[in-house]
Amino acid sequence: MANKPRVKVPKKAKSGDIIQIKTLMSHKMETGNRKDKKTGKLIPRKIINKFVCSFKGKEVMSAVLHPAVAANPYLAFYAKATESGTFDFEWTEDGGKTITASGDITVS
Amino acid sequence: MSKDTFNTVAIGRREVLKSVGFGALALAGTSLGSSNAQATPEEATKYLSEMTGGAAAKEGKVTVKLPEIAENGSTVPITISIDSPMTDSDYVKSVHVVAEGNPNPEVVSFNLSPAMGKAEVSTRMRLGKTQNVRAVAIMSDGSVYSGLKQVKVTIGGCGG
Repeated sequence: MANKPRVKVPKKAKSGDIIQIKTLMSHKMETGNRKDKKTGKLIPRKIINKFVCSFKGKEVMSAVLHPAVAANPYLAFYAKATESGTFDFEWTEDGGKTITASGDITVS
Repeated sequence: MSKDTFNTVAIGRREVLKSVGFGALALAGTSLGSSNAQATPEEATKYLSEMTGGAAAKEGKVTVKLPEIAENGSTVPITISIDSPMTDSDYVKSVHVVAEGNPNPEVVSFNLSPAMGKAEVSTRMRLGKTQNVRAVAIMSDGSVYSGLKQVKVTIGGCGG
């Protein structure tokens, strides 16, 4: 399954504004508790276990995700707009695969 | 002697089979029970005390927003907001969310920073049944606050 990230960062903001950032990642978030109906075996766990949002190399927010986070993990949070730049987002899957995305903001 | 034993077994074959069958059933029952085991409030509390390093949590400052009734437990929107100025000297370090009635109590942990400006995070979570969801916030000065919200779940969403 292709893991397609979607991020929403406001294009423009005034300095000092508090902006909302929304992220959505398409991912099944297999809990490891489900059984395969045909074989009766547990389906191995495969989730996004870590999310990091950083601005110009400095971490703004990070999250450790557990299987109780719903499929297609959605995360929304705030950031203070201080200067123009790029927000970088990184999701880490069980097994170490990472998926990245970014969003630009112009601060006036 | 050995012949006698054999005979007893042969006569009681049906009984033996029955008991073996029941044994297997009981075994299946226990294994099923353990895989679907529910976290208890005690487990949730234990997990939280590991996260907070044993610091006692005070009620307040933390608001957990969840729907009163979640029709579909596989995706329930949750927002946690913490009353904090989020300045460099006074901010929320981390927030841990636990569900007391899910197979595993831990849901998600957030590490916040003063760069956020506002201590509010939203996500979507899975809920296995009607239960309490607790969020615990660790402040930059080391104090710990917690908030609780009960949510009624119509259809559980932890697979099966």
